[in-house]
Amino acid sequence: MARFSTRVGRRVVLGIPSAWLILLFLIPFIIVLKISFSEIQLSMPPYAPLLQWVDGKLLTVKLNFGNYAFLFTDALYISSYLYSLKVAAVSTLFCLLLGYPMAYAIARSNPTSRNVLLMLIVLPFWTSFLLRVYAWIGLLKNNGVINNVLLSIGLIHQPLTMLQTDFAVYIGIVYSYLPFMILPLYANLEKHDLTLIEAAADLGATPFTAFRRITLPQSLPGIIAGSLLVFIPAVGEYVIPSLLGRTDQLMIGRVLSDEFFENRDWPIASSVAIFMLLLLVVPIMLFQHSERRTLEAGK
Amino acid sequence: MSARPRVDAPATAAVSSERSAAAGFVRIEHVTKKFADFAAVDDVSLDIRQGEIFCLLGGSGSGKTTLLRMLAGFEIPTSGRIYIDGQDMSTIPPYERRINMMFQSYALFPHMTVEKNVAFGLEQERLGRQEIRRRVGEILEIVKMSPFLARKPHQLSGGQRQRVALARALVKRPKLLLLDEPLAALDRKLREHTQFELINIQEQLGVTFIVVTHDQEEAMTLSSRMGVMNHGQIVQVGTPSDIYEFPATRFVADFIGSVNMFEGKLIEDEPDYVRIRSEELGGVVYVNHGISSPPEATVWVAVRPEKINLSRQPPKVAAGVHQPDESASENVVRGIVKDIAYMGDMSIYLVRAESGKTIRVTIPNVARHNEDRITWDESVYVSWLPESPIVLTR
Repeated sequence: MARFSTRVGRRVVLGIPSAWLILLFLIPFIIVLKISFSEIQLSMPPYAPLLQWVDGKLLTVKLNFGNYAFLFTDALYISSYLYSLKVAAVSTLFCLLLGYPMAYAIARSNPTSRNVLLMLIVLPFWTSFLLRVYAWIGLLKNNGVINNVLLSIGLIHQPLTMLQTDFAVYIGIVYSYLPFMILPLYANLEKHDLTLIEAAADLGATPFTAFRRITLPQSLPGIIAGSLLVFIPAVGEYVIPSLLGRTDQLMIGRVLSDEFFENRDWPIASSVAIFMLLLLVVPIMLFQHSERRTLEAGK
Repeated sequence: MSARPRVDAPATAAVSSERSAAAGFVRIEHVTKKFADFAAVDDVSLDIRQGEIFCLLGGSGSGKTTLLRMLAGFEIPTSGRIYIDGQDMSTIPPYERRINMMFQSYALFPHMTVEKNVAFGLEQERLGRQEIRRRVGEILEIVKMSPFLARKPHQLSGGQRQRVALARALVKRPKLLLLDEPLAALDRKLREHTQFELINIQEQLGVTFIVVTHDQEEAMTLSSRMGVMNHGQIVQVGTPSDIYEFPATRFVADFIGSVNMFEGKLIEDEPDYVRIRSEELGGVVYVNHGISSPPEATVWVAVRPEKINLSRQPPKVAAGVHQPDESASENVVRGIVKDIAYMGDMSIYLVRAESGKTIRVTIPNVARHNEDRITWDESVYVSWLPESPIVLTR
């Protein structure tokens, strides 16, 4: 009986997330994949079915690769892709440069202040994401807080144009995603054995060398995890560039949404989505590879 | 106040030769280390000679590890000074000290191979690649780890990791090697084997070793001299046999080896012998050397279990030791065997004296089979020679 119930228990434990993923990820993904191979059609839904009965007897499959080909003919898609990758990469880099020292400081602080500091990192999540991005408009616009302060102390004589620039997008993304960099880095750095640093110092390594040769390589899994948690959503980011970003250069998330809702071209929108996914599979595979390696090294 | 024997004992000889020797290679002068209000190390002064294996022995919280960490430079003394090879170490950071440490956890770098771990220290000295390769190869040969140089630490056994840690510290050719509980993580058989290997390597390279341990057996085997620590202070410094045979305090006598301790009063105090009456023992102890202590003072008599005899008949007093008529009831008590533990090489007898005190006696098992052995519940005489008791005043 006991063995039977553990077997059932195990199935339930594994079954719930599996069912969740199949229902809410795999099936929608297949639907999107299917749409991406169909043709646009003025109907409800606005695309042609893939499978059709010819004369009520023969089932034919009509695959249309035209949507993918189209992505490469129109410069809009390519430039949006590249721009999105650039924005995501630069933002990830800045998140890392800002987040690493913060995570390091938290991990080395004493246990009581550590909890307070972690709380402060998570605190912004308590207000709406949208609201926080709107707040940046108030700060960055031409007669916003930052410009007014700089003008009043006489540091500048013309207001700086910050809103609707790459700079504003970087600020928005780095600000919003910083906790996703800090938390996995903290989780990694907090586990480090400090006697290793002492051992390095004992063997003649200066504090900087000890950091470079001992702490940094050991925190690589944390760096990878944090970077992917920032990079992957940043590539598809829609809200931040729409509110803070340029109007002459769209990110791929905005293009995707425009295709769906403005153009109502679902097949093209779906192929944009699938192509973006393919681009992100590479970093995801890298992530899994590093996860497996840490598992193996961790005994 | 100390109960130093007036006879020519090794303890006094060691003390005088220490004074006459030139200033120590490592000199610790009145070093105190406080954490908040707690003095982990309390006014310790110590001289350690070049080329010796010096063990710091003490229980947990005795301050031995803190003292070691101050030598390595990880802790800065609250007061006092440390000189190594004549140089004041107070302001020198760990990475500029020509001292290496072997950590209790070994602290091997998990992301580096054995070879990289050992090479790490030499790379910090900016040596050429050929030179590093040669020296790493040499030291791995000495610790017999050459076949494993491409392994990562998690692919090694405990004993192998210990060797790598030792190699990593020794490859820097330090003037002084600090070892924090070097053998604690090894199982018993391996530990015994490694102890002798450590001594061999030390003799081969001539490095001064300072070993911290809580294991008295380890300290006895390894050290040329040892210091016993308690509550942040050095209680006694001496060779292993000094400390075992001539402990300075009750703490040392009890901490090193096992001992039978009887409280008593000094009833006769002559330059060449003393008599002590002990209610606890239920008899009089006669010791054939004088002690410096006021009459009627409370003293403690410590007798090691292996220096005690068990017999069915009253023991015959060896001629010429002291007057037979006086000694009839001295250094002898009657008791009943309450327990025997067979240890293989010896047996431990627990004898209940008439006073109620339990006395521990060890008898070597010379014969494989002895029909006539003293056994449970037998009435026996417990006796010792007049030179065996240690008289302690504190």
